Amino acid sequence: MLQLDFLDDLRRMNMRQLFYQLLNFAMIVSSALMIWKGLMVVTGSESPIVVVLSMEPAFQRGDLLFLTNYEQEPIRAGEIVVFKVEGRDIPIVHRVMKVHEKEDGSVKFLTKGDNNNVDDRGLYANGQAWLNRKDVVGRARGYVPFIGIVTIIMNDYPKFKYAVLAGLGLFVLVHRE
Amino acid sequence: MHTFLSRVNAVSAFSLSTLAALTFGCFASTFLKNYSAPVSITAANIVLKNVPEYAVSREKNDLGALRFDMNSDLTPLFNWNTKQLFLYLVAEYETQNNKVNQVVLWDKIIRRGEASVVSLKNQHLKYYFWDDGNGLLGHKNVSLSLSWNIIPIAGTLPLWSGSGSYRLTFPSEYTQGRSSY
Repeated sequence: MLQLDFLDDLRRMNMRQLFYQLLNFAMIVSSALMIWKGLMVVTGSESPIVVVLSMEPAFQRGDLLFLTNYEQEPIRAGEIVVFKVEGRDIPIVHRVMKVHEKEDGSVKFLTKGDNNNVDDRGLYANGQAWLNRKDVVGRARGYVPFIGIVTIIMNDYPKFKYAVLAGLGLFVLVHRE
Repeated sequence: MHTFLSRVNAVSAFSLSTLAALTFGCFASTFLKNYSAPVSITAANIVLKNVPEYAVSREKNDLGALRFDMNSDLTPLFNWNTKQLFLYLVAEYETQNNKVNQVVLWDKIIRRGEASVVSLKNQHLKYYFWDDGNGLLGHKNVSLSLSWNIIPIAGTLPLWSGSGSYRLTFPSEYTQGRSSY
């Protein structure tokens, strides 16, 4: 059975192999991190992948949105933008419904969630009626369903996350290859 | 080789890679697609008032109102990768205050499988047509057009406009009194 195989591997292991396994593990983690940060640089956006919590029926919890934030592209009605209200950390994914842009390029706009009945003025800071360029984290350009569901399960059930990490670590350390 | 775990491993690895390939295929087969369609829009009962917009400030802004007819067949926009269409009617115009003004007056979601022919008569606006200032008075060139955002099953989220817009003109005097809009 499987358990006996593990015990055999443990007996044959020495310090060198242990370090090799640890290094392997660290390599995998750092390459994932490099790809993530590289994506951020290429698209010029703070977080290229956002796990969505509202905007039904277009997006459900756990969907992945690919964002870009190129300064030259103007903000236009109908676009889906991710923005942060000043003073609050939570990014909001909603659609632009009103745009007023001046000759010098300064723009103010209003957003509304597809599933909401009213616009977002109630969500903005006290006294704030419009959003500006600087509030925008990114613009949604692409979409993949369901992928983020693993992250949401990890967040909602932290014990599950620890169990998976512990199991993964144990497996990598003990496995011979 | 043929233990239960290795079989589970092989099956799950294969299904995950197939799913990934299919998802990529959805994206690759539709990101260059042309999603335009002809639309016909007309508007009537155009009213213009100048009243304070309390949600923004104490100042008086132009408030327009109208009823519109719209006809369009959007069936060709639905393909194997279309999950939903988000339609929105946009009024676009230029004023002295702002070079670009875009106001969404009405929107609708058409999901995959629902009726995709739009045929509206004498439709109310869904959202208030506020201007940022007093730029609508006597404006002869407000362009009303229908655009849509394609939400795919997986892939890009393009915005397309219907061909065919309506040129809206506003009266040179405000409508007084409590006329309904």
